[in-house]
Amino acid sequence: MSEAAVQMNASDEEQVKSAKSETILYVDGVSVTFDGFRALNNLSFYVEPGELRAIIGPNGAGKTTMMDIITGKTRPDTGDVLFKSEIDLTKMDEAEIANLGIGRKFQKPTVFESHTVFDNLLLAASGGRGVFQALFHRLSEAEKIKIEKTLVTIMLEDKRDEMAANLSHGQKQWLEIGMLLMQEPELLLVDEPVAGMTDSETEETAKLLRSIAKEYSVVVVEHDMEFVRDLDCKVTVLHEGSVLAEGRLDHVQKDPRVIEVYLGR
Amino acid sequence: MTDYRQKYQTTPVIGWLLKDRGGMILLGILIAAAILVPLSNLLLPESSAFHVPTWMVSLLGKYLCYALLALSVDLIWGFCGILSLGHGAFFALGGYAMGMYLMRQIGDRGVYGDPILPDFMVFLNWQELPWYWYGFDMFWFAIVMAMFVPGLLAFVFGFLAFRSRVTGVYLSIITQAMTYALLLAFFRNDMGFGGNNGLTDFKDLLGYSLQSDGTRAGLFVASCVFLGICYVLARGITQSRLGKVLIAIRDAESRVRFTGYRVEYYKLFVFTVSAVMAGIAGALYVPQVGIINPGEFAPALSIEIVIWVAVGGRGTLYGAVLGAFIVNYAKTFFTGAMPDFWLFFLGGLFIAVTLFLPKGVIGAVPAFGSADRQSIITAWRKRRANEGGKA
Repeated sequence: MSEAAVQMNASDEEQVKSAKSETILYVDGVSVTFDGFRALNNLSFYVEPGELRAIIGPNGAGKTTMMDIITGKTRPDTGDVLFKSEIDLTKMDEAEIANLGIGRKFQKPTVFESHTVFDNLLLAASGGRGVFQALFHRLSEAEKIKIEKTLVTIMLEDKRDEMAANLSHGQKQWLEIGMLLMQEPELLLVDEPVAGMTDSETEETAKLLRSIAKEYSVVVVEHDMEFVRDLDCKVTVLHEGSVLAEGRLDHVQKDPRVIEVYLGR
Repeated sequence: MTDYRQKYQTTPVIGWLLKDRGGMILLGILIAAAILVPLSNLLLPESSAFHVPTWMVSLLGKYLCYALLALSVDLIWGFCGILSLGHGAFFALGGYAMGMYLMRQIGDRGVYGDPILPDFMVFLNWQELPWYWYGFDMFWFAIVMAMFVPGLLAFVFGFLAFRSRVTGVYLSIITQAMTYALLLAFFRNDMGFGGNNGLTDFKDLLGYSLQSDGTRAGLFVASCVFLGICYVLARGITQSRLGKVLIAIRDAESRVRFTGYRVEYYKLFVFTVSAVMAGIAGALYVPQVGIINPGEFAPALSIEIVIWVAVGGRGTLYGAVLGAFIVNYAKTFFTGAMPDFWLFFLGGLFIAVTLFLPKGVIGAVPAFGSADRQSIITAWRKRRANEGGKA
């Protein structure tokens, strides 16, 4: 009996291990409480390498808190967050996590307004982050080429010398995505990329993210259902800090619980 | 643009210096002043219209020290958004290091004639020199300490503050507290720095009498040279990639963190460099005014420095220099002509500049309202408008 139990345990562990080894991001049993308010409640989900994942949920479902935990801004009370199945993110700070290869785009477009588009990308370019490396840094040919390439990807090649402050709202969002690409991340976390965008900008952004997802793993948090449909990917629905449903958009939209807490209203 | 990048690549230092019109003008004026002012003071007869009297040389030298102090504040405030309201502390510490050297230089020419102990120690019945006064009989040691002590204080203070992510108003308040604490400490006689009276009655520097015209001219030249060197250093820092990171921290600190930079190290670096510059300014200031006392730690003085920078034009470096000259000239004039009105004038000036010249005096000169500065202001206005709209 005990032998069987041990075997069971072993195979359980095996299963967990194999689940972990296939993930780029492994969030398991994460809870966090702010002043008695439970922002995340035993949240678990996994993202596979190369996957494009959309996360939806009503206001206060814990989407941004989840991003904060993955990127090291907030520490969870309990639970595991693993990157590439083995790196424990809960012990690291923002800069360390960013340098591991996890890029984050904020809800509000956050770019360096008094720098040109070119310099914004240059600052985000992967490479030395040390103070003295930065002091004596000289722009290399390889960096220049990389920046030009990214400028094309984010459709801002004619704005390269424009101050970021002078870009439109949508262009700032793209610039921020471009800055993430310059970091050469393996996992991109994108918070509401199309908030406040025009319809055509939204469409372009969906296209941009789909093409990016060919190279990187991308997690998108979004409100806009049309946009999520455009992304054409697996969807995770959050509600009150935990996962309510997961699957294709058509599938989760039919789920009666999802309809009740979110879509039905 | 591609052209400029190429130029930037091949000759980075000369490239950014040439591009920096205000800086070129400033360096030109400094070089001219360093040559012409001493020449006219020492060689021209007093009856000549071009003769610069010695009191004027010292006054200008004092302004140059203030200008260097303003430059150091602009480096952290204008470029990294660190509003230090305690920079007078670093200035005063540099000044005290120099003052200690000058005290030891007095030797047995003091009132009590003790060959080792400064007068105030004899007066307090001290028998021997405190350990921290050792070494200050050597000029090089005093100079190193004038940079090292402010630098070390800034490093330790910055390490604790920036690591705990103390920013904005909170940081400004603790810098005020820092300089106030030092003010109280230096007032105490048993600190061994002359208490209330500070250090004074200096005789000579490196064997040259501080009262002679030649020494005063020499100190003036040294002030020009150090202001020039520190300007080029500060410009170099702000033009490097590190400088871009600093501006990025000023505008969007969390974005910089999520981009993988250790914001606290960058702040610590620039804060320490700035404190060292302030220390140098203090060391140059003390022999020219002939006294250093705890009054230099006064919180109000540190706030005044920020006003100099704001008046001149924040985030330009040369604007800070101009601001220090304008405000201090006004101070000299008003405290002479209408002493009761100086503080009203200072307050009024600050309000007027904030309301009508948000970019300072420099910003009002069209040639210096470059595209770069222009867009910073536009960005700032936009952000303000956005915030206003939300509220």
